[in-house]
Amino acid sequence: MAFGAFASTATAPAEPVVRRRSRVALWLLLPGILYLALFFLAPLLSLVITSFQAPVEFGDIGQYQTAFKWENYTTVIGTYGPHIVRSFVFAATATVAALLFSFPLAYFIGVKLRRFPLLQALALTLVIAPFFISFLLRTLAWKQLLSDESWLVSSLHGLQLLPPGAHVTGTAFSVIFGLTYNFIPFMTLPIYASLERLDLRYVEAGGDLYASPASTFLRVTVPLAAPGIISGALLTFIPAAGDYINASRDFLGSTDTAMIGNVIEANFLVLQNYPAAAALSLILMVAILIPVSVYVVRSGTDDLL
Amino acid sequence: MAGSFAESGADLELVGITKRFPGFTAIEDLNLTIPAGSFFALLGPSGCGKTTTLRLVAGLEEATAGRILIGGKDVTTTKSFQRPVNTVFQSYALFPHMSVLENVAFGLKRRRIADATAKAHEALRLVELDHLAQRKPQQLSGGQQQRVALARAVVNRPALLLLDEPLGALDLKLRRQMQIELKTIQQDVGLTFLHVTHDQEEAMTMADTVAVMNKGQIEQMGAPEELYELPRTAFVANFLGQSNLFTGPVVTSTSTSIVVDVAGRRIEIPTERAQRHAGDVTVGVRPEKLMLHTSAPEEQPDINVVGPGRVTDVSFSGVSTQYQVAVPGLGSMVVFAQNMVFGPVVSLGAEVWLTWNTDHGFGLADDPADAPRFAADTDTHSLALQKREKLEAELEEA
Amino acid sequence: MNSFSRWFGRYALWIYSVLAFAFLLVPIVYTIVFSFNDSRRSNIVWRGFTLDNWTSVCESQGVCEAFGNSVLVGVAATLIATTLGTMIAIALVRFRFPFRNSTTLLLFLPMATPEVVLGAGLAAEFLTAGVQKGIGTVILAHTMFCISFVVVTVRARVASLDPALEEAGRDLYASPAQVFLRVTFPLLLPGIVAAALLSFALSFDDFIITNFNSGSFVTFPKYVYTAAARGIPAEANVIASAVFIIAIVFVVTSQVSAAARRKRLARQG
Repeated sequence: MAFGAFASTATAPAEPVVRRRSRVALWLLLPGILYLALFFLAPLLSLVITSFQAPVEFGDIGQYQTAFKWENYTTVIGTYGPHIVRSFVFAATATVAALLFSFPLAYFIGVKLRRFPLLQALALTLVIAPFFISFLLRTLAWKQLLSDESWLVSSLHGLQLLPPGAHVTGTAFSVIFGLTYNFIPFMTLPIYASLERLDLRYVEAGGDLYASPASTFLRVTVPLAAPGIISGALLTFIPAAGDYINASRDFLGSTDTAMIGNVIEANFLVLQNYPAAAALSLILMVAILIPVSVYVVRSGTDDLL
Repeated sequence: MAGSFAESGADLELVGITKRFPGFTAIEDLNLTIPAGSFFALLGPSGCGKTTTLRLVAGLEEATAGRILIGGKDVTTTKSFQRPVNTVFQSYALFPHMSVLENVAFGLKRRRIADATAKAHEALRLVELDHLAQRKPQQLSGGQQQRVALARAVVNRPALLLLDEPLGALDLKLRRQMQIELKTIQQDVGLTFLHVTHDQEEAMTMADTVAVMNKGQIEQMGAPEELYELPRTAFVANFLGQSNLFTGPVVTSTSTSIVVDVAGRRIEIPTERAQRHAGDVTVGVRPEKLMLHTSAPEEQPDINVVGPGRVTDVSFSGVSTQYQVAVPGLGSMVVFAQNMVFGPVVSLGAEVWLTWNTDHGFGLADDPADAPRFAADTDTHSLALQKREKLEAELEEA
Repeated sequence: MNSFSRWFGRYALWIYSVLAFAFLLVPIVYTIVFSFNDSRRSNIVWRGFTLDNWTSVCESQGVCEAFGNSVLVGVAATLIATTLGTMIAIALVRFRFPFRNSTTLLLFLPMATPEVVLGAGLAAEFLTAGVQKGIGTVILAHTMFCISFVVVTVRARVASLDPALEEAGRDLYASPAQVFLRVTFPLLLPGIVAAALLSFALSFDDFIITNFNSGSFVTFPKYVYTAAARGIPAEANVIASAVFIIAIVFVVTSQVSAAARRKRLARQG
């Protein structure tokens, strides 16, 4: 999924290597694979088991026993349907917003700055700079900047662009805004990676073959950047759909903007309703796996990493 | 063995070597002996198994069957780093994180040989690069890198030095210069050199003995002149330079010569230059041995005459001019004529006869149909096709 | 006017990009500026410039302890993940083995799974297994999501490594162990370092997975999250700003020196 875009040392591979069969491979793979089996696959399995658990009769809060209570799923869908829908709507909107924001920027860095390698490297650093400051603190910074007392919001009120009594924080807008801001680098970098390799001769060929700049852009540049756009969309959508910081009451959201992540957290860590949290997690996982598996089937497993 | 310098080069002996990769056989029952101190070239088209042979000798691949002996000692099961063999790699494979000096001293230090640094400097002086000892390999030109790679191998005084297309990445002029240098260094240090190449001119210029390899087997082996003047198979006749080949039944066979009937023409060759003396035999002659005549030449003993034919192509290449002559019944023949006068001797469309001394002919052990004509790959049509395929591959990648 | 619109057309992308970069930097600048705020209990309103927060950063309850915990977890998770991930990356590029596609998929999935699912899953597993949450469970969790990123980063480096270099090492009398130590490892090192830095950054800033698996153990992001409800002390800004500045200086220095190296090579080229 163009994660290579995040690897600063990614260079053109040398000649294809003749891969050998050897027992060494087993020893190299075994520890890491076992680790992932134990701490990635096994947890997914325990989520499945937990999601069907039933409360222990006359037990305390948080005590459950193994059962096959599939009603847990219908219950959480009934109770948290709006949250689930909201999560995907918010994440999709943020993905589109991030794409609109990122494409020109990625084009600028990947194509316009190509002749200035140092400037290009520094521009990329600016794109990932938000990653270097605490995720929570930069979200809180936006909360303050968009709060009712802030210079920005009070001047919007003053100019009557915002009706009296209206807020920015705690709304769907501010949550989507936060999601967009926080995941922009995930969109910009893959698009940059595919545009950076874009051979400008194709664009010239488009012009040579009587295409206007606009239609060259749409018919040559965008299709060639498509792998980056698809990777970027997935890389933005996945964390955005599961995020619960931006939508949290203490950050950019309110109780009206709670997403699936918020209810998973509340059920697991506060209400100790583990089966509900597990069922919600699996619903989220399956919903994410649908676009991801389409991507995997299309790109083939060899290009995944 | 590791730990000491080889006093001089050692014999290399390959006995019944077979190498199979998943899906194909690279080498089939190869037997080869390279005498100590010789400059031996393994020549063949890509995919003929020559690089695999070299990697087997280096210990970088394991043979499926057969034995490898260096200086009479069986090293078949010995690991690469324990063999008294060093390689000059095609890509040079200089360590980018080490200086030139560190690269050259690497093998000596691994073997804990005293004065590694001094010996490395000495080897760099041999290739005239001691002044660049502190540079990193990336800071050198291709030719300089090539010489460092050579110094890095030679400094270990291996019993056997392997060269894997070492001049392939250099431009023509530098290649010629390096060919001479390599040959001089080989004579100076007296090591056994095994040189793998697909460039027939390079093989012939440098080596004492050339082995022409095809489809995992050695077709013919011998001194360069011998291979060129008396090729034994159609593959050798066409891979090493160009040849005009004709096939027909033997009509007369004496102790001194045999005569082959090709489409009603009698072509005579000396008996000792023919591999087969009865039945259908393929005979040939090199293009530069042919003479062009604009009128029918007189029949003479010891001269083969064919013609009349028509000149279908004239291409001027500086020192010589190449003519294509279509002779009815014999097909298209190639003639190289030295440019002794200004301009071509005959022009396109002219009617010509061709003659050659019967001593110049040779008789093959097989038929041309057995081997594809490699020379055909260089005509303009196939060049254009190759270029197009390459472009398409590039486009697909992008 | 016409000339203005032409000028604008030519430079529109430049103008947009400069504004975009400025937008990306807004909350960073805000966070750094407010690390100098002479705040009382909450760090929301600007009350004047002070260096006190920087000079006495550890005086605020728990900030430095949380920071230290984050560093500890980051270093431990980075060491384990980098080792395991590098081994996998070498195997992926250099060897053929059965179940190759399944292995690739297994490495890919953790990156494609929302953090909240990873966090809840691990928490459910620890709950079932009766494991006490704490620093150990946090390190286990962080290592898990770092491995895949290490594999991606190091794999690119292994793939660009010419196998002839290792063969040359073997040819020049180096034993397999010496080839690894003197040729393979030094050449992979830039990739391994990059992977380690990425792992540390991911671990250091992780909140969601940590929140599910830390129990009463407090990392820096968790400290910020808990404090967010009652007001973040300016000392938290100090730590975040300091980390940011160190990271940026490191990255920019390495880029400038890389550019200088490129130039030098080009001159001698």
